[in-house]
Amino acid sequence: MGDLAYDDREYDVVVIGAGGAGIRAAIEAKTQGARTALVCKSLFGKAHTVMAEGGIAAALRNVWKEDGWDVHFRDTMRGGKLLNNWRMAQIHAQEAPDRVLELEEWGALFDRTPDGLILQRDFGGHRYARLAHVGDRTGLEMIRTLQNRATELGIDVLMECTMQRILMDSGRVAGVFGYWRQSGRFILLRAKAIVLATGGAGRAWRVTSNSWEYSGDGMRMALEAGAALQDMEFVQFHPTGMVWPLSVRGLLVTEGVRGDGGTLRNSKGERFMFRYVPDFFRAETAENEAEADRWYEDKKNNRRTPDLLPRDEVARAINAEVKAGRGSPHGGVFLDIASRRSPDVIRRRLPSMYHQFKELADIDITKEPMEVGPTCHYIMGGIRVDADTTASTVAGLFAAGEVAAGMHGANRLGGNSLSDLVVFGRRAGLHAAQYAASVRAPGAVDTGDLDATAKAMLAPFDRGGGEDPYAILSELQGTMQDLVGLIRTQSELEEATRRIADYRGRLDRVSVRGGTRYNPAWNTALDLVSLLTVSEICARAAAVRTESRGGHTRDDFPKTDAEWGKKNVVVRKRDGALEIATEPLPEIPADLRAIVGEQPHPKEPAGDIESTKPAGMGAAR
Amino acid sequence: MTVAEGAQQVTFRIWRGEDRGSGGFIDHTIPIDPGMVVLDALFRIQATQAPDLAVRWNCKAGKCGSCSAEINGHPHLMCMTRLSSLPTDEPVTVAPMATFPLVRDLVTDVSFNYEKAKTIPAFKAAPPGPDGKRRMYQEEVERVQEFHKCIECFLCQNVCHVIRDHDENKQAFSGPRFFVRLAALEMHPLDTNDRIELIRAKHGLGFCNITKCCTEVCPEDIHITDNAIIPLKERAVTEFYDPLAWVKRRILGGPEPQIGEKEPVAPSDR
Repeated sequence: MGDLAYDDREYDVVVIGAGGAGIRAAIEAKTQGARTALVCKSLFGKAHTVMAEGGIAAALRNVWKEDGWDVHFRDTMRGGKLLNNWRMAQIHAQEAPDRVLELEEWGALFDRTPDGLILQRDFGGHRYARLAHVGDRTGLEMIRTLQNRATELGIDVLMECTMQRILMDSGRVAGVFGYWRQSGRFILLRAKAIVLATGGAGRAWRVTSNSWEYSGDGMRMALEAGAALQDMEFVQFHPTGMVWPLSVRGLLVTEGVRGDGGTLRNSKGERFMFRYVPDFFRAETAENEAEADRWYEDKKNNRRTPDLLPRDEVARAINAEVKAGRGSPHGGVFLDIASRRSPDVIRRRLPSMYHQFKELADIDITKEPMEVGPTCHYIMGGIRVDADTTASTVAGLFAAGEVAAGMHGANRLGGNSLSDLVVFGRRAGLHAAQYAASVRAPGAVDTGDLDATAKAMLAPFDRGGGEDPYAILSELQGTMQDLVGLIRTQSELEEATRRIADYRGRLDRVSVRGGTRYNPAWNTALDLVSLLTVSEICARAAAVRTESRGGHTRDDFPKTDAEWGKKNVVVRKRDGALEIATEPLPEIPADLRAIVGEQPHPKEPAGDIESTKPAGMGAAR
Repeated sequence: MTVAEGAQQVTFRIWRGEDRGSGGFIDHTIPIDPGMVVLDALFRIQATQAPDLAVRWNCKAGKCGSCSAEINGHPHLMCMTRLSSLPTDEPVTVAPMATFPLVRDLVTDVSFNYEKAKTIPAFKAAPPGPDGKRRMYQEEVERVQEFHKCIECFLCQNVCHVIRDHDENKQAFSGPRFFVRLAALEMHPLDTNDRIELIRAKHGLGFCNITKCCTEVCPEDIHITDNAIIPLKERAVTEFYDPLAWVKRRILGGPEPQIGEKEPVAPSDR
């Protein structure tokens, strides 16, 4: 195929993915003087970050002086069931306030406190009201602010451009190859450094808050380039997705509803979360409804409502209530804010939730409860990176945001994603630019490699009467939903792995008609390559981890196991085959361990969390 | 989604083709379920009848502004238009936005908007207060937050007849989306950049004759005409043609505004 036609460009740094992490990385790389390209799978400003609702977590201390990076660090580690990379959690907690203030300096308009500072709201797992926000459309404010900044800096933005393969030259990156969605034309981007910021893979599940874009491209490309993935068994099911009507099943209902006073109830009207408080969080959770209700106003003398336990706990509780026959008519539970806050407050604090239910479900949330249930939302696992530099194990390859692993451990706290994006997005751009400056020229591109990649991408057009990509996708989503969902068991995970192998065989026989120009059937067939890879890794990693922790719950191993708390499940690809191993978690230094408190072990009595608090906690910064 | 027994059959008349000259409408009849939106119907058509039907979408929740189209001749987001709001006993027509060049089927080339965005002078924040903090009050940020709700669906651009009916105006007219953006910058409590002359001269504010078509189609209910365009027009007039302002400048010795002189540098000119 010597006549392969493609666009050919060269940059110092190519950033793939244009959500919060990717745009922030591109801004930093450009500011460092690197020739920078920003590749978007969709139009600029439409990436998943735009859907984030509740807020961005940062210990700004505008609402609670008692807050500080150490408290935020502690909450993050405990929410992640201590499987987090401690250094990432530390950097994140320390740098998040500066990143939020930087957004303000670039024009973001957060809601204000009475004395004119950035207002912060309560969220699950956060000890203090910590989330800077704009009503319930914080992600839109963030992505638009970053988008405008990137435009002002004159960064090259490649829209509707999907990358398929990282090209290597003797162990370091040489570029990346993909196609323009609008024209179907191929494109080669030669690069000294590549930042992956492609997000997660939630499209592999049927009930999901994720869009078509979320197919795990970055994880698959990094793996094939030689990078290691870790923690791929940890998938976050957000406890509150819409359940009815069916066509909107999975659509996100912000945790801000509970942060602002909403409460979960079963069909008997009970606030059932009080029955699901694990020992690990008992000492910091309200004992009864009266205490929980007082906590919103007085955090010093009361403890947090169990409605705001970390997401994994709440999702499991909802699942258990529905299974026990106490669910709502359409298989969820009730989320009630109508009886707890005035219509004015609800419309002002949660305008897009009000709009979403009104328009799509004929529900007025100021008058009636919502019906909600778990929806696939986020993957904690991803590319293994160095905490300080975001460098992967491959020279010249960096990763930030959801595509990277470690920051959130076994479960991510709400609000910690937006802050993750800007904290590590900035670091990725900085270190990629520095790395690129140390390299004389991009690695050499093997044109044979390009030809083979292009040929494989076009193969579905050359086969008649083969498999249908939409059918494979739909079956994959059913399999992941039913067998690799919120609650898992060995036999089902093995069955999922077997079925995924079958889908892979069918994908090799897939056929697509029409041309390459904006052809969603072809685009879906190409996305399936990543979706099947990530799904297989998730199912197999889940089979390896024989315990329950955070976003990984095993019916056959229901307890958290302290030994597993010291290990990551790590996946590599060697000679075309997956290698799955366990490797030790980096050990947390004693001073930080003291901040975090005890291990999550159900057999240990719940410790007195206050006693683990070092002197002067919260006073830092 | 599985199809319910005895589901209602609805015909969708969908524009197909790669250029406006040779393309045309093609009918697809499918069963529909309660609660479905137009985008759901297109997914079902893709999965069962027309796998290569080009549709642009992302969040399917009215938050990203990707799936703009003209449904029964009216501009809407396909993800927020429920079939129950349409007469389904006759075909539902779905066509691409008319103002932008066609890519394929329901997808248009909206790069016009991204090019205009490059001509907007940057936000420049005032320095922090003496305590190192920036203070703004809820009342003053709220009116700008209205503009920040914009999801860039470009439906306002699509219906603005300054460019919908006159392609030649695209050069000199940025359209309602960018008047909203410029108003957001001009009314931002912390911004220190001055764009008024640029708005008048370069973005074509004068072309707008306030027919409010943009406001009517905004899925975010932004009062584009009343809250963004009219105040901008008033500012432009005050700054350059107001005799009182002229006298004040004479007496206080302020700088004489000169077209071009105080024009901030747009990023694309750098």
